[in-house]
Amino acid sequence: MRENSLIESWLRGIAIAVVILFFMFPIVWIILMSFQTNETILRIPPSVVFEPTLDNYRALITGKLETNAASLDIAFMRNLGNSVLLSVGAVALALILGVPAAYSFARHKTRFSEDIAFTLLSFRFAPPLLVLLPLTIYFQKLGLSDTYFGLIWVYQLICLPLILWIVRGYFEDISEDVEYAYRIGGHSWFSTFRKIAVPLAGPGIAAAGLLAFIFAWNNFIFALVLASADKQPVTVGALAFVTASGIQYGQIAAAIVLSITPTLLLALYAQKYLVEGLSLGAVKG
Amino acid sequence: MSDHSLASPPPKRRFRIGRRVLPYLLSMPALLVCIGILVPFVTAALYSLQRYRLSQPWARKYNWGENYLNFLSDPSFWNTLKISLVYAGTTVTLELFLGLGIALLLQKRTRFNNFVSIMLLMPLMTAPVLAALMWKLMTNSGFGILSYMVSLLGIQDFRWASSPDTALLTVVLVDIWVYTPFIMILLLAGLRSLPSQPFEAAALDGVPRTFVFWKITLPMLMPYILTATLFRLLDSIQQFDIIYAMTQGGPGDKLTVFQVEAYLNFFQSTNIGRSAALMMILWAITFVLSNIFIKNWLKLRERAR
Repeated sequence: MRENSLIESWLRGIAIAVVILFFMFPIVWIILMSFQTNETILRIPPSVVFEPTLDNYRALITGKLETNAASLDIAFMRNLGNSVLLSVGAVALALILGVPAAYSFARHKTRFSEDIAFTLLSFRFAPPLLVLLPLTIYFQKLGLSDTYFGLIWVYQLICLPLILWIVRGYFEDISEDVEYAYRIGGHSWFSTFRKIAVPLAGPGIAAAGLLAFIFAWNNFIFALVLASADKQPVTVGALAFVTASGIQYGQIAAAIVLSITPTLLLALYAQKYLVEGLSLGAVKG
Repeated sequence: MSDHSLASPPPKRRFRIGRRVLPYLLSMPALLVCIGILVPFVTAALYSLQRYRLSQPWARKYNWGENYLNFLSDPSFWNTLKISLVYAGTTVTLELFLGLGIALLLQKRTRFNNFVSIMLLMPLMTAPVLAALMWKLMTNSGFGILSYMVSLLGIQDFRWASSPDTALLTVVLVDIWVYTPFIMILLLAGLRSLPSQPFEAAALDGVPRTFVFWKITLPMLMPYILTATLFRLLDSIQQFDIIYAMTQGGPGDKLTVFQVEAYLNFFQSTNIGRSAALMMILWAITFVLSNIFIKNWLKLRERAR
Protein backbone atom coordinates (compact mmCIF):
# COMPACT_ATOMS: atom_id res chain seq x y z
CA MET A 1 0.00 0.00 0.00
CA ARG A 2 2.68 2.46 1.03
CA GLU A 3 4.90 1.63 -1.96
CA ASN A 4 1.91 1.76 -4.26
CA SER A 5 1.05 5.32 -3.28
CA LEU A 6 4.68 6.39 -3.67
CA ILE A 7 4.73 5.14 -7.26
CA GLU A 8 1.41 6.81 -7.80
CA SER A 9 2.54 10.19 -6.58
CA TRP A 10 5.61 9.90 -8.82
CA LEU A 11 3.40 9.15 -11.82
CA ARG A 12 1.16 12.06 -10.94
CA GLY A 13 4.14 14.37 -10.70
CA ILE A 14 5.47 13.25 -14.07
CA ALA A 15 2.03 13.63 -15.69
CA ILE A 16 1.64 17.16 -14.35
CA ALA A 17 5.15 18.05 -15.51
CA VAL A 18 4.38 16.80 -19.03
CA VAL A 19 1.11 18.77 -19.07
CA ILE A 20 2.85 21.99 -17.97
CA LEU A 21 5.63 21.46 -20.51
CA PHE A 22 3.22 20.90 -23.41
CA PHE A 23 1.01 23.91 -22.65
CA MET A 24 3.67 26.38 -21.54
CA PHE A 25 6.51 25.57 -23.90
CA PRO A 26 5.18 27.39 -27.02
CA ILE A 27 4.63 30.61 -25.08
CA VAL A 28 8.05 30.49 -23.41
CA TRP A 29 9.74 29.64 -26.71
CA ILE A 30 8.10 32.54 -28.57
CA ILE A 31 9.09 34.95 -25.81
CA LEU A 32 12.69 33.72 -26.03
CA MET A 33 12.58 34.04 -29.80
CA SER A 34 11.37 37.62 -29.62
CA PHE A 35 14.62 38.63 -27.89
CA GLN A 36 16.87 37.03 -30.50
CA THR A 37 18.34 38.22 -33.75
CA ASN A 38 17.63 36.28 -36.91
CA GLU A 39 21.13 34.81 -36.80
CA THR A 40 20.65 33.20 -33.39
CA ILE A 41 17.14 32.04 -34.32
CA LEU A 42 18.46 30.26 -37.41
CA ARG A 43 21.19 28.38 -35.48
CA ILE A 44 21.09 24.62 -35.62
CA PRO A 45 20.90 23.05 -33.10
CA PRO A 46 18.62 25.60 -31.40
CA SER A 47 19.96 26.89 -28.11
CA VAL A 48 18.58 28.82 -25.18
CA VAL A 49 21.95 30.54 -24.72
CA PHE A 50 21.97 33.82 -26.60
CA GLU A 51 22.64 37.50 -26.20
CA PRO A 52 19.19 39.07 -25.69
CA THR A 53 18.38 42.00 -27.92
CA LEU A 54 15.53 44.50 -27.98
CA ASP A 55 15.95 45.21 -31.69
CA ASN A 56 12.80 43.33 -32.67
CA TYR A 57 10.62 45.34 -30.33
CA ARG A 58 12.38 48.55 -31.33
CA ALA A 59 11.65 47.85 -35.00
CA LEU A 60 7.99 47.20 -34.27
CA ILE A 61 7.53 50.26 -32.07
CA THR A 62 9.31 52.69 -34.38
CA GLY A 63 7.63 51.05 -37.38
CA LYS A 64 10.92 50.99 -39.28
CA LEU A 65 12.84 47.86 -40.02
CA GLU A 66 16.39 48.32 -41.29
CA THR A 67 17.66 45.33 -43.20
CA ASN A 68 20.77 44.96 -45.32
CA ALA A 69 18.70 45.29 -48.45
CA ALA A 70 16.22 48.00 -47.63
CA SER A 71 14.20 49.82 -45.01
CA LEU A 72 10.80 48.27 -44.45
CA ASP A 73 7.71 49.95 -43.01
CA ILE A 74 5.77 47.99 -40.41
CA ALA A 75 2.22 49.06 -39.57
CA PHE A 76 2.05 46.81 -36.56
CA MET A 77 1.63 49.56 -33.97
CA ARG A 78 -1.38 50.77 -35.91
CA ASN A 79 -2.86 47.25 -35.72
CA LEU A 80 -2.31 47.28 -31.97
CA GLY A 81 -4.08 50.63 -31.68
CA ASN A 82 -6.95 49.34 -33.83
CA SER A 83 -7.31 46.30 -31.59
CA VAL A 84 -7.58 48.51 -28.51
CA LEU A 85 -10.08 50.84 -30.16
CA LEU A 86 -12.25 48.06 -31.60
CA SER A 87 -12.30 45.93 -28.45
CA VAL A 88 -12.94 48.83 -26.07
CA GLY A 89 -15.62 50.24 -28.37
CA ALA A 90 -17.32 46.88 -28.80
CA VAL A 91 -17.37 46.18 -25.06
CA ALA A 92 -18.63 49.67 -24.24
CA LEU A 93 -21.48 49.36 -26.72
CA ALA A 94 -22.29 45.84 -25.54
CA LEU A 95 -22.44 47.04 -21.93
CA ILE A 96 -24.71 49.97 -22.81
CA LEU A 97 -27.05 47.71 -24.78
CA GLY A 98 -26.65 44.54 -22.76
CA VAL A 99 -26.80 45.53 -19.08
CA PRO A 100 -30.28 47.15 -19.19
CA ALA A 101 -31.53 44.30 -21.38
CA ALA A 102 -30.07 41.73 -18.98
CA TYR A 103 -31.80 43.50 -16.11
CA SER A 104 -35.12 43.49 -17.89
CA PHE A 105 -34.71 39.81 -18.83
CA ALA A 106 -33.93 38.95 -15.21
CA ARG A 107 -36.80 40.90 -13.67
CA HIS A 108 -39.63 40.81 -16.21
CA LYS A 109 -39.72 37.39 -17.78
CA THR A 110 -42.03 37.36 -20.77
CA ARG A 111 -42.20 35.07 -23.79
CA PHE A 112 -40.94 37.96 -25.86
CA SER A 113 -37.87 38.68 -23.75
CA GLU A 114 -37.00 35.00 -23.48
CA ASP A 115 -37.19 34.69 -27.26
CA ILE A 116 -34.79 37.58 -27.74
CA ALA A 117 -32.41 36.21 -25.13
CA PHE A 118 -32.31 32.81 -26.80
CA THR A 119 -31.99 34.27 -30.28
CA LEU A 120 -28.95 36.20 -29.09
CA LEU A 121 -27.56 33.05 -27.53
CA SER A 122 -28.04 31.12 -30.76
CA PHE A 123 -25.94 33.75 -32.58
CA ARG A 124 -23.05 32.66 -30.42
CA PHE A 125 -23.15 29.29 -32.17
CA ALA A 126 -24.11 30.23 -35.73
CA PRO A 127 -21.31 30.12 -38.31
CA PRO A 128 -19.96 33.70 -38.47
CA LEU A 129 -19.30 33.62 -42.22
CA LEU A 130 -23.00 33.02 -42.87
CA VAL A 131 -23.68 36.57 -41.68
CA LEU A 132 -20.34 38.09 -42.68
CA LEU A 133 -20.44 37.29 -46.39
CA PRO A 134 -23.69 39.17 -47.13
CA LEU A 135 -22.48 41.91 -44.76
CA THR A 136 -19.43 42.61 -46.95
CA ILE A 137 -21.82 43.51 -49.75
CA TYR A 138 -24.11 45.55 -47.46
CA PHE A 139 -21.16 47.34 -45.89
CA GLN A 140 -19.97 48.52 -49.29
CA LYS A 141 -23.45 49.81 -50.12
CA LEU A 142 -23.92 51.52 -46.74
CA GLY A 143 -20.41 52.97 -46.72
CA LEU A 144 -19.58 51.15 -43.48
CA SER A 145 -16.73 49.09 -44.90
CA ASP A 146 -14.09 51.64 -44.02
CA THR A 147 -15.33 52.58 -40.56
CA TYR A 148 -14.61 51.47 -37.02
CA PHE A 149 -18.30 51.71 -36.22
CA GLY A 150 -19.27 49.01 -38.71
CA LEU A 151 -16.84 46.57 -37.12
CA ILE A 152 -17.84 47.50 -33.59
CA TRP A 153 -21.45 46.86 -34.50
CA VAL A 154 -20.65 43.41 -35.91
CA TYR A 155 -18.50 42.62 -32.85
CA GLN A 156 -21.78 42.70 -30.89
CA LEU A 157 -22.27 39.17 -32.20
CA ILE A 158 -19.50 38.09 -29.83
CA CYS A 159 -19.87 40.54 -26.95
CA LEU A 160 -23.61 40.91 -26.52
CA PRO A 161 -24.61 37.25 -25.87
CA LEU A 162 -21.76 36.95 -23.38
CA ILE A 163 -22.68 40.10 -21.46
CA LEU A 164 -26.40 39.44 -21.59
CA TRP A 165 -26.27 35.90 -20.21
CA ILE A 166 -23.60 36.42 -17.55
CA VAL A 167 -24.99 39.70 -16.22
CA ARG A 168 -28.52 38.33 -16.28
CA GLY A 169 -27.37 35.56 -13.93
CA TYR A 170 -25.93 38.14 -11.51
CA PHE A 171 -29.14 40.18 -11.57
CA GLU A 172 -31.17 37.04 -10.87
CA ASP A 173 -29.03 36.42 -7.79
CA ILE A 174 -29.95 39.80 -6.29
CA SER A 175 -32.98 39.53 -4.04
CA GLU A 176 -35.91 41.48 -5.40
CA ASP A 177 -36.81 42.48 -1.84
CA VAL A 178 -33.83 44.82 -1.64
CA GLU A 179 -34.96 46.63 -4.75
CA TYR A 180 -38.56 46.66 -3.59
CA ALA A 181 -37.61 48.26 -0.29
CA TYR A 182 -35.78 51.00 -2.14
CA ARG A 183 -38.73 51.55 -4.47
CA ILE A 184 -41.09 51.82 -1.47
CA GLY A 185 -38.88 54.67 -0.33
CA GLY A 186 -40.21 56.62 -3.31
CA HIS A 187 -37.30 56.13 -5.63
CA SER A 188 -37.85 55.81 -9.33
CA TRP A 189 -37.25 52.64 -11.25
CA PHE A 190 -34.21 54.12 -12.89
CA SER A 191 -32.50 55.17 -9.69
CA THR A 192 -33.19 51.70 -8.25
CA PHE A 193 -31.46 50.20 -11.27
CA ARG A 194 -28.57 52.65 -11.06
CA LYS A 195 -28.06 52.78 -7.28
CA ILE A 196 -29.00 49.24 -6.20
CA ALA A 197 -29.02 46.68 -9.00
CA VAL A 198 -25.95 47.77 -10.97
CA PRO A 199 -23.63 48.19 -7.95
CA LEU A 200 -24.71 44.81 -6.54
CA ALA A 201 -24.12 43.10 -9.88
CA GLY A 202 -20.91 45.15 -10.30
CA PRO A 203 -18.36 42.34 -10.08
CA GLY A 204 -20.34 40.30 -12.60
CA ILE A 205 -20.61 43.22 -15.00
CA ALA A 206 -16.89 43.91 -14.72
CA ALA A 207 -16.02 40.26 -15.31
CA ALA A 208 -18.35 39.98 -18.29
CA GLY A 209 -16.83 43.15 -19.72
CA LEU A 210 -13.28 41.84 -19.34
CA LEU A 211 -14.20 38.54 -20.96
CA ALA A 212 -16.00 40.27 -23.81
CA PHE A 213 -12.85 42.35 -24.29
CA ILE A 214 -10.71 39.23 -24.50
CA PHE A 215 -13.01 37.58 -27.04
CA ALA A 216 -13.25 40.72 -29.14
CA TRP A 217 -9.46 41.11 -29.07
CA ASN A 218 -8.89 37.49 -30.10
CA ASN A 219 -11.41 37.60 -32.91
CA PHE A 220 -10.01 37.12 -36.38
CA ILE A 221 -12.65 36.22 -38.94
CA PHE A 222 -14.84 39.34 -38.55
CA ALA A 223 -12.02 41.75 -39.20
CA LEU A 224 -10.44 39.55 -41.88
CA VAL A 225 -13.63 39.75 -43.91
CA LEU A 226 -14.80 43.28 -43.12
CA ALA A 227 -11.87 45.49 -42.13
CA SER A 228 -9.99 47.58 -44.66
CA ALA A 229 -6.20 47.59 -44.44
CA ASP A 230 -5.91 50.56 -42.06
CA LYS A 231 -8.60 49.30 -39.66
CA GLN A 232 -7.20 45.82 -39.10
CA PRO A 233 -6.60 44.55 -35.54
CA VAL A 234 -3.52 42.58 -34.47
CA THR A 235 -4.95 39.17 -35.32
CA VAL A 236 -5.32 40.09 -38.99
CA GLY A 237 -2.26 42.33 -38.95
CA ALA A 238 0.04 39.63 -37.56
CA LEU A 239 -0.97 37.19 -40.29
CA ALA A 240 -0.48 39.86 -42.96
CA PHE A 241 2.90 40.69 -41.43
CA VAL A 242 3.99 37.05 -41.69
CA THR A 243 2.95 36.92 -45.34
CA ALA A 244 4.62 40.25 -46.15
CA SER A 245 7.97 39.74 -44.42
CA GLY A 246 8.07 35.99 -44.02
CA ILE A 247 11.73 35.90 -43.02
CA GLN A 248 11.85 38.44 -40.20
CA TYR A 249 11.27 35.74 -37.59
CA GLY A 250 12.42 37.77 -34.62
CA GLN A 251 9.98 40.58 -35.37
CA ILE A 252 7.17 38.10 -36.00
CA ALA A 253 7.79 36.55 -32.59
CA ALA A 254 7.87 39.99 -30.97
CA ALA A 255 4.62 40.93 -32.72
CA ILE A 256 2.97 37.76 -31.41
CA VAL A 257 4.20 38.48 -27.88
CA LEU A 258 2.88 42.05 -27.99
CA SER A 259 -0.46 40.80 -29.33
CA ILE A 260 -1.09 38.11 -26.73
CA THR A 261 0.19 40.01 -23.68
CA PRO A 262 -2.95 42.14 -23.06
CA THR A 263 -5.36 39.19 -23.09
CA LEU A 264 -3.10 37.00 -20.98
CA LEU A 265 -2.74 39.73 -18.34
CA LEU A 266 -6.48 40.39 -18.30
CA ALA A 267 -7.19 36.68 -18.06
CA LEU A 268 -4.89 36.35 -15.04
CA TYR A 269 -6.60 39.33 -13.46
CA ALA A 270 -10.12 38.01 -14.10
CA GLN A 271 -9.37 34.30 -13.71
CA LYS A 272 -11.87 33.94 -10.89
CA TYR A 273 -14.68 34.67 -13.34
CA LEU A 274 -13.30 32.86 -16.39
CA VAL A 275 -15.09 29.57 -15.78
CA GLU A 276 -18.43 31.26 -15.47
CA GLY A 277 -17.79 33.42 -18.50
CA LEU A 278 -16.57 30.60 -20.72
CA SER A 279 -19.68 28.55 -19.99
CA LEU A 280 -21.95 31.61 -20.37
CA GLY A 281 -22.91 31.37 -16.74
CA ALA A 282 -23.74 27.66 -16.63
CA VAL A 283 -20.82 26.54 -14.46
CA LYS A 284 -19.46 28.38 -11.45
CA GLY A 285 -15.77 28.08 -10.66
CA MET B 1 -39.79 52.41 7.27
CA SER B 2 -43.48 53.06 6.77
CA ASP B 3 -43.09 56.61 8.08
CA HIS B 4 -40.45 57.25 5.51
CA SER B 5 -42.58 55.94 2.69
CA LEU B 6 -45.50 58.07 3.80
CA ALA B 7 -43.35 61.15 3.99
CA SER B 8 -41.91 60.73 0.54
CA PRO B 9 -43.91 61.85 -2.48
CA PRO B 10 -46.07 59.14 -4.10
CA PRO B 11 -44.50 57.40 -7.11
CA LYS B 12 -45.01 59.49 -10.15
CA ARG B 13 -47.62 58.47 -12.62
CA ARG B 14 -45.32 58.13 -15.59
CA PHE B 15 -43.51 55.30 -13.91
CA ARG B 16 -46.72 53.36 -13.52
CA ILE B 17 -47.28 53.57 -17.24
CA GLY B 18 -43.62 52.91 -17.80
CA ARG B 19 -43.69 49.67 -15.88
CA ARG B 20 -45.60 47.81 -18.55
CA VAL B 21 -43.62 49.19 -21.47
CA LEU B 22 -40.31 49.22 -19.66
CA PRO B 23 -39.20 45.60 -20.24
CA TYR B 24 -39.82 46.03 -23.94
CA LEU B 25 -38.13 49.40 -23.99
CA LEU B 26 -35.04 48.06 -22.25
CA SER B 27 -34.65 45.08 -24.52
CA MET B 28 -35.26 47.17 -27.63
CA PRO B 29 -31.57 47.84 -28.42
CA ALA B 30 -30.78 44.13 -28.08
CA LEU B 31 -33.76 43.40 -30.32
CA LEU B 32 -32.51 45.84 -32.93
CA VAL B 33 -29.11 44.17 -32.94
CA CYS B 34 -30.90 40.84 -33.47
CA ILE B 35 -32.80 42.22 -36.44
CA GLY B 36 -29.64 43.77 -37.81
CA ILE B 37 -28.09 40.32 -37.82
CA LEU B 38 -31.16 38.46 -39.05
CA VAL B 39 -31.29 40.60 -42.21
CA PRO B 40 -27.94 39.37 -43.57
CA PHE B 41 -28.96 35.87 -42.53
CA VAL B 42 -32.02 36.02 -44.77
CA THR B 43 -29.88 37.52 -47.52
CA ALA B 44 -27.48 34.59 -47.25
CA ALA B 45 -30.41 32.18 -47.51
CA LEU B 46 -31.55 33.95 -50.69
CA TYR B 47 -28.03 33.95 -52.18
CA SER B 48 -27.88 30.22 -51.64
CA LEU B 49 -30.85 29.85 -53.99
CA GLN B 50 -29.24 31.87 -56.75
CA ARG B 51 -26.75 31.35 -59.50
CA TYR B 52 -24.51 34.21 -58.39
CA ARG B 53 -20.91 34.69 -59.44
CA LEU B 54 -19.18 38.05 -59.10
CA SER B 55 -17.31 37.32 -62.32
CA GLN B 56 -20.59 36.92 -64.25
CA PRO B 57 -22.99 39.45 -62.71
CA TRP B 58 -25.22 39.37 -65.83
CA ALA B 59 -25.95 35.67 -65.32
CA ARG B 60 -27.31 36.20 -61.79
CA LYS B 61 -30.71 34.56 -61.35
CA TYR B 62 -32.67 32.30 -59.03
CA ASN B 63 -31.92 28.68 -59.73
CA TRP B 64 -33.70 27.54 -56.55
CA GLY B 65 -32.26 24.34 -55.18
CA GLU B 66 -29.65 23.85 -57.88
CA ASN B 67 -26.68 24.84 -55.69
CA TYR B 68 -27.76 22.23 -53.16
CA LEU B 69 -28.54 19.57 -55.76
CA ASN B 70 -25.11 20.06 -57.32
CA PHE B 71 -23.52 19.18 -53.98
CA LEU B 72 -24.79 15.60 -54.30
CA SER B 73 -22.51 14.92 -57.25
CA ASP B 74 -19.71 17.28 -56.18
CA PRO B 75 -16.71 15.41 -54.74
CA SER B 76 -15.24 18.62 -53.29
CA PHE B 77 -18.40 19.13 -51.22
CA TRP B 78 -18.16 15.61 -49.82
CA ASN B 79 -14.51 16.26 -49.09
CA THR B 80 -15.50 19.39 -47.15
CA LEU B 81 -18.15 17.51 -45.18
CA LYS B 82 -15.80 14.63 -44.44
CA ILE B 83 -12.85 16.74 -43.36
CA SER B 84 -15.06 18.96 -41.16
CA LEU B 85 -16.50 15.94 -39.37
CA VAL B 86 -13.10 14.26 -39.02
CA TYR B 87 -11.58 17.48 -37.68
CA ALA B 88 -14.37 18.09 -35.17
CA GLY B 89 -14.54 14.43 -34.12
CA THR B 90 -10.79 14.07 -33.63
CA THR B 91 -10.19 17.33 -31.79
CA VAL B 92 -13.16 17.02 -29.45
CA THR B 93 -12.50 13.36 -28.57
CA LEU B 94 -8.83 13.97 -27.82
CA GLU B 95 -9.54 17.18 -25.92
CA LEU B 96 -12.20 15.46 -23.85
CA PHE B 97 -9.89 12.65 -22.72
CA LEU B 98 -6.97 14.99 -22.08
CA GLY B 99 -9.15 17.60 -20.38
CA LEU B 100 -10.76 15.01 -18.11
CA GLY B 101 -7.38 13.50 -17.27
CA ILE B 102 -5.86 16.87 -16.37
CA ALA B 103 -8.94 17.87 -14.36
CA LEU B 104 -8.65 14.64 -12.33
CA LEU B 105 -4.94 15.34 -11.76
CA LEU B 106 -5.69 18.83 -10.45
CA GLN B 107 -8.86 17.95 -8.57
CA LYS B 108 -7.52 18.55 -5.06
CA ARG B 109 -7.71 22.19 -4.01
CA THR B 110 -4.06 22.79 -3.26
CA ARG B 111 -2.27 26.03 -3.92
CA PHE B 112 -0.03 24.30 -6.50
CA ASN B 113 -2.97 22.78 -8.38
CA ASN B 114 -4.78 26.10 -8.53
CA PHE B 115 -1.64 27.75 -9.82
CA VAL B 116 -1.26 25.12 -12.56
CA SER B 117 -4.89 25.40 -13.62
CA ILE B 118 -4.51 29.18 -13.97
CA MET B 119 -1.34 28.75 -16.03
CA LEU B 120 -3.15 26.33 -18.32
CA LEU B 121 -5.66 29.07 -19.14
CA MET B 122 -3.00 30.92 -21.11
CA PRO B 123 -3.28 28.90 -24.34
CA LEU B 124 -7.04 29.32 -24.20
CA MET B 125 -6.69 33.09 -23.90
CA THR B 126 -4.27 33.25 -26.83
CA ALA B 127 -6.03 34.20 -30.06
CA PRO B 128 -6.27 30.99 -32.14
CA VAL B 129 -4.72 32.74 -35.15
CA LEU B 130 -1.73 33.81 -33.10
CA ALA B 131 -1.46 30.33 -31.62
CA ALA B 132 -1.34 28.93 -35.15
CA LEU B 133 1.42 31.42 -36.02
CA MET B 134 3.39 30.37 -32.92
CA TRP B 135 3.18 26.73 -33.98
CA LYS B 136 4.06 27.70 -37.53
CA LEU B 137 7.31 29.19 -36.24
CA MET B 138 7.97 26.12 -34.11
CA THR B 139 7.37 23.74 -37.02
CA ASN B 140 9.34 25.76 -39.58
CA SER B 141 11.46 23.33 -41.57
CA GLY B 142 14.53 25.59 -41.37
CA PHE B 143 14.81 26.45 -37.68
CA GLY B 144 11.63 25.21 -35.94
CA ILE B 145 12.32 23.67 -32.57
CA LEU B 146 9.76 20.90 -33.14
CA SER B 147 11.20 20.05 -36.54
CA TYR B 148 14.58 19.81 -34.86
CA MET B 149 13.23 17.56 -32.09
CA VAL B 150 11.58 15.27 -34.62
CA SER B 151 14.83 15.04 -36.57
CA LEU B 152 16.60 14.01 -33.34
CA LEU B 153 14.15 11.09 -33.18
CA GLY B 154 15.52 10.00 -36.54
CA ILE B 155 12.57 11.12 -38.64
CA GLN B 156 14.02 13.18 -41.46
CA ASP B 157 12.02 15.55 -43.61
CA PHE B 158 8.93 15.69 -41.40
CA ARG B 159 7.10 18.61 -42.99
CA TRP B 160 4.22 19.24 -40.58
CA ALA B 161 1.52 21.48 -42.10
CA SER B 162 3.05 21.62 -45.56
CA SER B 163 2.78 17.89 -46.22
CA PRO B 164 -0.64 16.43 -47.10
CA ASP B 165 0.05 13.45 -44.82
CA THR B 166 0.68 15.44 -41.66
CA ALA B 167 -1.29 18.67 -42.23
CA LEU B 168 -4.35 17.40 -40.36
CA LEU B 169 -2.22 16.17 -37.49
CA THR B 170 -0.55 19.58 -37.19
CA VAL B 171 -3.74 21.64 -37.06
CA VAL B 172 -5.33 19.13 -34.67
CA LEU B 173 -2.29 19.55 -32.42
CA VAL B 174 -2.73 23.35 -32.38
CA ASP B 175 -6.44 22.95 -31.68
CA ILE B 176 -5.64 20.63 -28.77
CA TRP B 177 -3.13 23.12 -27.44
CA VAL B 178 -5.64 25.97 -27.51
CA TYR B 179 -8.87 24.25 -26.45
CA THR B 180 -8.00 21.37 -24.09
CA PRO B 181 -7.83 23.91 -21.23
CA PHE B 182 -11.44 24.84 -21.99
CA ILE B 183 -12.70 21.32 -21.30
CA MET B 184 -10.27 20.96 -18.39
CA ILE B 185 -11.45 24.13 -16.64
CA LEU B 186 -15.14 23.28 -17.01
CA LEU B 187 -14.70 19.71 -15.79
CA LEU B 188 -12.47 20.87 -12.94
CA ALA B 189 -15.21 23.23 -11.78
CA GLY B 190 -17.67 20.35 -12.15
CA LEU B 191 -15.51 17.92 -10.17
CA ARG B 192 -14.98 20.40 -7.37
CA SER B 193 -18.69 21.13 -7.10
CA LEU B 194 -19.71 17.48 -6.63
CA PRO B 195 -21.13 16.68 -3.17
CA SER B 196 -18.56 14.95 -0.97
CA GLN B 197 -20.85 12.50 0.90
CA PRO B 198 -20.92 9.70 -1.72
CA PHE B 199 -17.12 9.74 -1.91
CA GLU B 200 -16.70 9.73 1.88
CA ALA B 201 -19.14 6.84 2.19
CA ALA B 202 -17.31 4.90 -0.53
CA ALA B 203 -13.93 5.51 1.13
CA LEU B 204 -15.35 4.37 4.48
CA ASP B 205 -16.59 1.14 2.93
CA GLY B 206 -13.25 0.58 1.20
CA VAL B 207 -14.73 0.63 -2.28
CA PRO B 208 -11.97 0.32 -4.94
CA ARG B 209 -11.08 3.61 -6.59
CA THR B 210 -11.70 2.45 -10.16
CA PHE B 211 -15.20 1.44 -9.10
CA VAL B 212 -15.77 4.84 -7.50
CA PHE B 213 -14.62 6.56 -10.68
CA TRP B 214 -16.88 4.57 -13.04
CA LYS B 215 -19.93 4.34 -10.80
CA ILE B 216 -19.91 7.63 -8.88
CA THR B 217 -17.58 10.28 -10.33
CA LEU B 218 -18.30 9.76 -14.01
CA PRO B 219 -22.12 9.59 -13.80
CA MET B 220 -22.24 12.65 -11.56
CA LEU B 221 -19.91 14.55 -13.86
CA MET B 222 -21.87 13.60 -16.98
CA PRO B 223 -23.89 16.83 -17.33
CA TYR B 224 -20.64 18.83 -17.29
CA ILE B 225 -18.97 16.49 -19.77
CA LEU B 226 -21.97 16.70 -22.08
CA THR B 227 -22.12 20.50 -21.97
CA ALA B 228 -18.38 20.93 -22.49
CA THR B 229 -18.35 18.42 -25.36
CA LEU B 230 -21.28 19.97 -27.19
CA PHE B 231 -19.84 23.46 -26.69
CA ARG B 232 -16.56 22.38 -28.25
CA LEU B 233 -18.23 20.39 -31.01
CA LEU B 234 -20.19 23.47 -32.04
CA ASP B 235 -17.02 25.55 -32.23
CA SER B 236 -14.81 22.89 -33.74
CA ILE B 237 -17.04 22.07 -36.71
CA GLN B 238 -16.81 25.76 -37.59
CA GLN B 239 -13.05 26.05 -37.11
CA PHE B 240 -11.54 28.68 -39.37
CA ASP B 241 -8.82 30.67 -37.62
CA ILE B 242 -6.30 27.92 -36.94
CA ILE B 243 -6.67 26.19 -40.31
CA TYR B 244 -6.69 29.40 -42.33
CA ALA B 245 -3.62 30.82 -40.56
CA MET B 246 -1.73 27.55 -40.75
CA THR B 247 -2.44 26.30 -44.29
CA GLN B 248 -5.30 28.32 -45.88
CA GLY B 249 -7.09 25.02 -46.39
CA GLY B 250 -4.14 23.35 -48.10
CA PRO B 251 -2.07 21.57 -49.11
CA GLY B 252 -4.42 21.18 -52.07
CA ASP B 253 -7.91 20.70 -50.68
CA LYS B 254 -6.68 18.67 -47.73
CA LEU B 255 -8.14 20.93 -45.03
CA THR B 256 -10.99 22.78 -46.74
CA VAL B 257 -13.44 22.60 -43.84
CA PHE B 258 -16.81 24.34 -44.23
CA GLN B 259 -15.87 27.89 -43.32
CA VAL B 260 -12.52 27.81 -45.11
CA GLU B 261 -14.14 26.41 -48.28
CA ALA B 262 -16.92 29.03 -48.13
CA TYR B 263 -14.35 31.79 -47.61
CA LEU B 264 -12.26 30.63 -50.59
CA ASN B 265 -15.40 30.22 -52.73
CA PHE B 266 -16.48 33.75 -51.91
CA PHE B 267 -13.20 35.62 -52.22
CA GLN B 268 -11.16 33.54 -54.66
CA SER B 269 -13.56 31.87 -57.06
CA THR B 270 -16.21 34.54 -56.25
CA ASN B 271 -18.94 31.90 -56.48
CA ILE B 272 -21.29 33.51 -53.98
CA GLY B 273 -24.20 31.14 -54.54
CA ARG B 274 -22.14 28.08 -53.70
CA SER B 275 -20.49 29.80 -50.73
CA ALA B 276 -23.88 30.74 -49.26
CA ALA B 277 -25.26 27.24 -49.81
CA LEU B 278 -22.26 25.77 -47.96
CA MET B 279 -22.88 28.11 -45.04
CA MET B 280 -26.57 27.20 -44.93
CA ILE B 281 -25.67 23.52 -44.62
CA LEU B 282 -23.18 24.27 -41.86
CA TRP B 283 -25.83 26.39 -40.17
CA ALA B 284 -28.33 23.51 -40.32
CA ILE B 285 -25.78 21.22 -38.62
CA THR B 286 -24.99 23.75 -35.90
CA PHE B 287 -28.69 24.53 -35.42
CA VAL B 288 -29.44 20.92 -34.50
CA LEU B 289 -26.36 20.69 -32.28
CA SER B 290 -27.04 23.99 -30.54
CA ASN B 291 -30.60 23.00 -29.69
CA ILE B 292 -29.33 19.87 -27.94
CA PHE B 293 -26.63 21.97 -26.32
CA ILE B 294 -28.97 24.66 -25.00
CA LYS B 295 -31.16 22.04 -23.29
CA ASN B 296 -28.18 20.66 -21.40
CA TRP B 297 -26.77 24.08 -20.72
CA LEU B 298 -30.07 25.27 -19.20
CA LYS B 299 -30.11 22.30 -16.83
CA LEU B 300 -26.60 23.08 -15.64
CA ARG B 301 -27.47 26.75 -15.33
CA GLU B 302 -30.46 25.97 -13.13
CA ARG B 303 -28.19 23.91 -10.92
CA ALA B 304 -25.57 26.67 -10.68
CA ARG B 305 -28.13 29.25 -9.51
